[in-house]
Amino acid sequence: MLRYFKPVIFLACLAPLGRLVWRGLHADLGPNPIETITHGTGDWTLIFLLVTLSVTPLRKLTRQYWIIGIRRMLGLFAFFYGFLHLMTYVWLDKFFDVHEMLADIYKRRFITAGMTALTLMLPLALTSTKWSIRKLGGKRWQTLHRLIYFSAAAGVIHYIWLVKADLRKPLEYAAILGVLVLYRIVSWISSRAVVVSKLEPSKT
Amino acid sequence: MLIKKAADTRSSEITPKSVYFNRRNFIAAAATAGSAAILGFKLRDIVTPSQTVSAGNKIEGIQKSPLSTNETVTPYKDVTHYNNYYEFGTSKDEPAELAKNFRTRPWKVKIDGLVEKKQELGVDEIIKMAPPEERIYRHRCVEGWSIVVPWVGFSLSELIKRVNPTSKANFVEFTTILDKSQMPGQQRDVLEWPYVEGLRMDEAMHPLALLCFGMYGEELPNQDGAPLRIVLPWKYGFKSAKAIVRIRFTEKQPMNTWNISAPREYGFYANVNPNVDHPRWSQAKERRLGEFLKRPTLMFNGYDQVASLYSGMDLKKNF
Repeated sequence: MLRYFKPVIFLACLAPLGRLVWRGLHADLGPNPIETITHGTGDWTLIFLLVTLSVTPLRKLTRQYWIIGIRRMLGLFAFFYGFLHLMTYVWLDKFFDVHEMLADIYKRRFITAGMTALTLMLPLALTSTKWSIRKLGGKRWQTLHRLIYFSAAAGVIHYIWLVKADLRKPLEYAAILGVLVLYRIVSWISSRAVVVSKLEPSKT
Repeated sequence: MLIKKAADTRSSEITPKSVYFNRRNFIAAAATAGSAAILGFKLRDIVTPSQTVSAGNKIEGIQKSPLSTNETVTPYKDVTHYNNYYEFGTSKDEPAELAKNFRTRPWKVKIDGLVEKKQELGVDEIIKMAPPEERIYRHRCVEGWSIVVPWVGFSLSELIKRVNPTSKANFVEFTTILDKSQMPGQQRDVLEWPYVEGLRMDEAMHPLALLCFGMYGEELPNQDGAPLRIVLPWKYGFKSAKAIVRIRFTEKQPMNTWNISAPREYGFYANVNPNVDHPRWSQAKERRLGEFLKRPTLMFNGYDQVASLYSGMDLKKNF
């Protein structure tokens, strides 16, 4: 299953970028192309973060356990789009003006949140290899990779703090993230309940 | 695969973008495997397009104005497809589509408050009050982008002189139409409706303040504020109320919608000022649509002739 799907999904993950490039080549990015690129890459960063977080619930709910095999790729695509998003800011918005960017990160809380989200993704991308898992040990690796929740939360907050008045879109992302986190909390509680109920008779 | 959008292509011949993008939607959906089910509506949001240009009627006898800038005019297509007009949706591409069938006739404008003769005027009566002038103005949005638009209208003072405000009138308030059935954006409480804006009397009487009913030599397209709007080139765009149905003269400073929405971020004066940042972003630079590099923002958007209106005022406080 995975062997056939993985290349297809890989290409599909590149489709949002492909579409931006296509629109760019055909002068179809709208009156403010840089804004279109900034918003496009930002949206896809959040989408890939949420999709990555959906893998575990989906695999349990559908019992399609093989899909864990695409999670790393999806996570890396989140980082990839996040990096592109950052680069549109660094290059097309600030034109590599380090002073101005530092002032922004310090003064503008939506930039602070966005930078936090991206920074938190960096160690995850760097430790995404099998070698890292072995080196760190499964447990520690897993703990480290829980940073994705904070990254996604910071990303959503970044969006909420950015909009002028219409919170609908960022709140949609927030709602989806909320559901995904809630799933973890519920399954964590229920797994503990199972453990406790299994342990109790053996104590007596 | 390239679909050309020539001006002479009938709209019926154009493949709706929703169809055109379906394929990509599908690929994207595959990308996100089952998760796309949760996110499907998001994908659709991101690929919302709109491509209508409503052709206006030509306005006859337009005079040139010395108040015009000689900077390059922004293309018509950009000015009509990049609109902040929350009554027709909060995305910039929505008003072009959602304002298509907005009815701008018959249209009455109520003139009341502290005026000698309270009255209701038809918009066509107002338009005929003075000869139409073309005013090519810079237009700077509080969000950090700018355009250059050849507006058509005449100084707001022409109307004010004719309706005789009383000596007590210190301010003038403009109200946009409230019509939920025609303005889908008003069905959500994104802002307090109807949209209201205001000016101090001396600001309203300044020759630059334009009562506007056209652009690019034609009647205003619906998405740009038809049939009647204000244009205040030295202030951020949100001060320039659109689709006006009421002009009221008041003694006290009227409220304005964005100030009600976020008082820390949007003031009453809203003069373009590179030295006073929006709390969330810098106002020092702007992106002129169509340009790659940002350009520095000018004090009063380069309209220094209004500076005397604000002499002695702390513009950091009165932002």
